[in-house]
Amino acid sequence: MLRLTLRNLLARKVRLVMSGLSVILGVAFLSGVLVFSNGLSSTFDAIITGSTPDGVVRPVGSAEFDGGFSGQSDLTLQPEVVDRLAALPEVARADGDVDGFGMSLLGKDGTVVGGTGAPTLAFNRTDAPTMDGRQALTLTSGRWPSEAGLAADGSAEIVLDDAAAKAGDYRVGDEVKLVAPFGQLQRTARLVGTAEFTAGGTAGATLLVFSTRAAQQIFLGGADAFTRISLTAAPGVSQAALVRAADRVLPENYEAATGDTVAQESQDAIGTFLGVINTFLLVFAIIAVLVGGFIIVNTFSILVAQRTRELALLRALGAGRGQVTRSVLVEALAMALVATTAGVGIGWLLARGLAAIFRSLGLDISSDALDLTAPALIASYAVGVGVTLAAAYLPARRGAKVPPVAAMRTDTAVERPLGRRTLVGTIVIALGAGLVITGLSGAPGSDAAWVGTGAVLWILALIGTSSVLGRPVLLGCRALFSRLLGTPGRLAAENALRDPRRTGATASALMIGLALVSTIGVLAASLNSSIDDLVDEQFTADLLVRDSTFLPFSTSVGDAVEKVPGIGTISRQQRVDARVDGADGAPRPGTVDVGGVSGTYSEIYRPDVVAGTARFTGSEAVLAQGEARSLGLGVGDRLRLSFQGGKRLDLRVVGVVKDAESLPDVLVPLERLADAGLRRQDTSISILVAPGSDVATVQKAVDDAASVVPTVGVFDKVSFAEDLRGQVNQLLYLIYALLALAIVIAVIGIINTLGLSVIERTREIGLLRAIGMSRAALRRMITLESIAIAVLGAVLGLGLGVLVGVLLQRSLQADLTSLGVPLGQLAVFLVLSVVVGVVAAVVPAIRAARLDVLRAIATE
Amino acid sequence: MRGVGGRWHAGDMTTSPAPSPVAAARAIDLRKTYGRGDSEVRALDGVSLDVEAGRFTAIMGPSGSGKSTLMHCLAALDSPTSGQVIIGETDLSKLRDKALTALRRDQIGFVFQAFNLVPTLTARENILLPLSLAGRRPDAEWFDTVVDTVGLRDRLGHRPSEMSGGQQQRVACARALASRPSIVFADEPTGNLDSTSGAEVLNFLRRSVSEFGQTIAMVTHDAVAASYCDRVVFLADGRIVDELRAPDRETILARMSALQAAAIASASPAPGSAV
Repeated sequence: MLRLTLRNLLARKVRLVMSGLSVILGVAFLSGVLVFSNGLSSTFDAIITGSTPDGVVRPVGSAEFDGGFSGQSDLTLQPEVVDRLAALPEVARADGDVDGFGMSLLGKDGTVVGGTGAPTLAFNRTDAPTMDGRQALTLTSGRWPSEAGLAADGSAEIVLDDAAAKAGDYRVGDEVKLVAPFGQLQRTARLVGTAEFTAGGTAGATLLVFSTRAAQQIFLGGADAFTRISLTAAPGVSQAALVRAADRVLPENYEAATGDTVAQESQDAIGTFLGVINTFLLVFAIIAVLVGGFIIVNTFSILVAQRTRELALLRALGAGRGQVTRSVLVEALAMALVATTAGVGIGWLLARGLAAIFRSLGLDISSDALDLTAPALIASYAVGVGVTLAAAYLPARRGAKVPPVAAMRTDTAVERPLGRRTLVGTIVIALGAGLVITGLSGAPGSDAAWVGTGAVLWILALIGTSSVLGRPVLLGCRALFSRLLGTPGRLAAENALRDPRRTGATASALMIGLALVSTIGVLAASLNSSIDDLVDEQFTADLLVRDSTFLPFSTSVGDAVEKVPGIGTISRQQRVDARVDGADGAPRPGTVDVGGVSGTYSEIYRPDVVAGTARFTGSEAVLAQGEARSLGLGVGDRLRLSFQGGKRLDLRVVGVVKDAESLPDVLVPLERLADAGLRRQDTSISILVAPGSDVATVQKAVDDAASVVPTVGVFDKVSFAEDLRGQVNQLLYLIYALLALAIVIAVIGIINTLGLSVIERTREIGLLRAIGMSRAALRRMITLESIAIAVLGAVLGLGLGVLVGVLLQRSLQADLTSLGVPLGQLAVFLVLSVVVGVVAAVVPAIRAARLDVLRAIATE
Repeated sequence: MRGVGGRWHAGDMTTSPAPSPVAAARAIDLRKTYGRGDSEVRALDGVSLDVEAGRFTAIMGPSGSGKSTLMHCLAALDSPTSGQVIIGETDLSKLRDKALTALRRDQIGFVFQAFNLVPTLTARENILLPLSLAGRRPDAEWFDTVVDTVGLRDRLGHRPSEMSGGQQQRVACARALASRPSIVFADEPTGNLDSTSGAEVLNFLRRSVSEFGQTIAMVTHDAVAASYCDRVVFLADGRIVDELRAPDRETILARMSALQAAAIASASPAPGSAV
């Protein structure tokens, strides 16, 4: 039996290679994602542990606040603290660090280097060792900056990471252009060397390394002080003991943390971000594998159907049902093993491809980290072999059910009624509809979850009943094809209608892909349309000045902009994070979004007042309604905020306003933030043009004034909405690109089915050729059949996708206020599916046309 | 002499003054060899044959005599190694695939042993398939004549799977005649049928020759089938070895037995493909 099985495999090489291809692609994507995500996290882990010292002295609350987005504390550590720490017996050495946040590197051509995700880190060079006893950075060329401070002309010596130097087209000895976050903005520095993390790569971060003195001059206004201190433990001293000893001599508002704690915090913060990327990619990998599974089901169904007589003969000769089932499953297993192995190999290459894409986006992953780990290997094999076997099981069972007498029949095609399928399908569709209606009529829990579950049921039901539901589509194709192309068109549609299960199953792969594509399309269009509405409603300023990555920027931008003629009202805002102290004085968990705004703010944004007033001065604050409710505060209550560095503000709530996207949780007077120990920067500047002035003219002038910081731009209502839409679309296209893999697998499925159908119909094709169908007409016939299958998948998929998209929008009405249906895109997808059909038919059509007429007729 | 100049259908060839009997298809010194050197097999070894117009010709011979190869070459399904095939006045050796396809479509009808109907089409659609492939409008009167002759009027809306073997083969015959071809080739048309159904099909073929002047060439090894013909040509080892006119069953059987005995006696490797 085994020998027979293996013979069968070899005899059907081409068919198995084709269906194996779908497994290969699915597994390749899966293992590629696993390898890549493993490489991603190990790159970050290595950099984090490879750049963290035994202990760190830092402002209190650093762990809760997220770097520069939260506002930067103006607290500094004096050199005496460093000396005091260094003198401790537990401390081998203490090195003062100067970290600068918000500096940008400009390339030779004046464009910003990096700044699209990974941070730009500016700091001073010390030779303090990290936890693992090595240096954090290794020079790759040149030398470190000399200890001297800035030159007379204000220029510094700088070391860049290799990638940044390359991106900026700088070589050692060149003059490097920089933009500082405050003080003197435009700066230059001489590139004296390049470096990278000793752990390898930079993970996309841009590194700007200065001498300690130069860093103090740039970031601390020349004061001999530090923002943090790196501690190295004396031999035999644990990190915990080191930190305990250090804590005793620290000034107020500072804490010491072990290197392990700091590394863990960084890993947690990055882990969330990496988790999102990995989950995102994994979802698409799983979709690809599932779609591939469909093709396996289909291929094995056809193979078993074609071998009905052979299987019946085996049964007649005495093979048991189990033996027949097993022989088909062993065939599937052999294919799965070969295909999965190939898939894992391709996946490894794919991981490198993904890494290259991320590298071009600025996220540098060292290729040493891209190795196949045992868990990735096991997962890939489990999924590849598991899915293939599960998919082959049903056809195998069906093969075993062939009665021995079928061997004696000449006509082996058994038409099975579609009744039961229709019934089960209808029930499942009704069940899904029930869930959707329950969700939309206000059942507990997330409405979208109800709708989503219903949608999954619908997809399953549609897969099962595509043979029934697809009939009208195929009949439509028949009418159209026979009108346009006569008999070959008619025959093509008839062929698609001949075995509705096969056509339906083949179309299912494309259907799943397009259902997802169109659901996402509708959601994205709704999001864009909601953004337009929101911007239309809430963007009440004429112009808005902000940084391209929402980072705070120097106040000198605002200072320059304020002088622009034609400005009516101008309001500056600085958004920072703060913790709210509870009634007992201890801070509540989490942070709130505090907006320090100048007094003209409410003139521009006119918030809806729920209670009290929207105008405030001095130590007054206004709360957004949602935040007021969750804090349990109202007009007249006291609000105590604590900020990075530990300073506190004591405020009185004078008003509660309605929530709006443009509003922070807490509004406080801008000048109060200085008391909070935060460096004054602006997050955004809102402008109303003076009556009689031309908005475009003023915008041009503001843009010129703001150009001192190249990352800052000026938006009006239209360009602001465009900018937001651009971000939505970027994500949308990324998703489309990932779903394209599912489409590719669907194409393989169509090729496979068509190829098998051509083999099955060899004699019929021979007859058509004999009685006068030309090769071209035959090719046309196969192509049209393929198009019919593709259009079937597309119509069902797009229909379902749009329906689910619309229902999801309804269920998410709170955020997606407006429905958008991207008709243009949907039309493009329909056209693309026709193209898919044409492409899938190329090889089968050529093979059919090449069939020797004589041999084709003679085929039994 | 029946059917002299009996080209009953419209067409350019009716105007040509042809000697009688006119050849609807001619084979001139046809040779067809498979393989090379020692393994060379001669399926056809210098066959020259005129298939007379308006006649029912049977091509007989033992298995491996080359009769099927001869028919395939005559019917433009296969190309000879050397020699000429002329259908009407067209020399097939000068035609490429496209022209051959058009020639098959317009001038040749086929009836196969295995019926070979298109399962997705009804009987009516199957009958009209060659015409619709050619984009020609069917002649309603002729269609009715053919359908009534084969007795399929009440079956026209059925698909092949809903018909018996005899009915399917009659549909195939009607299809072969529907386009009014110059010549119909039938390859063992009764091979898959019981004797009653076989007789129906043969009667129909006979009538189409007698009443409509259709030219038919039929390959068979069944003496009963051959006895419906005007002329029987015997093939052995790729050569024409004998011929009978207006034969009866016994004579045919006697000739066949003699040929078969000779074939066994010579014990030469059976040439050609036995389909």
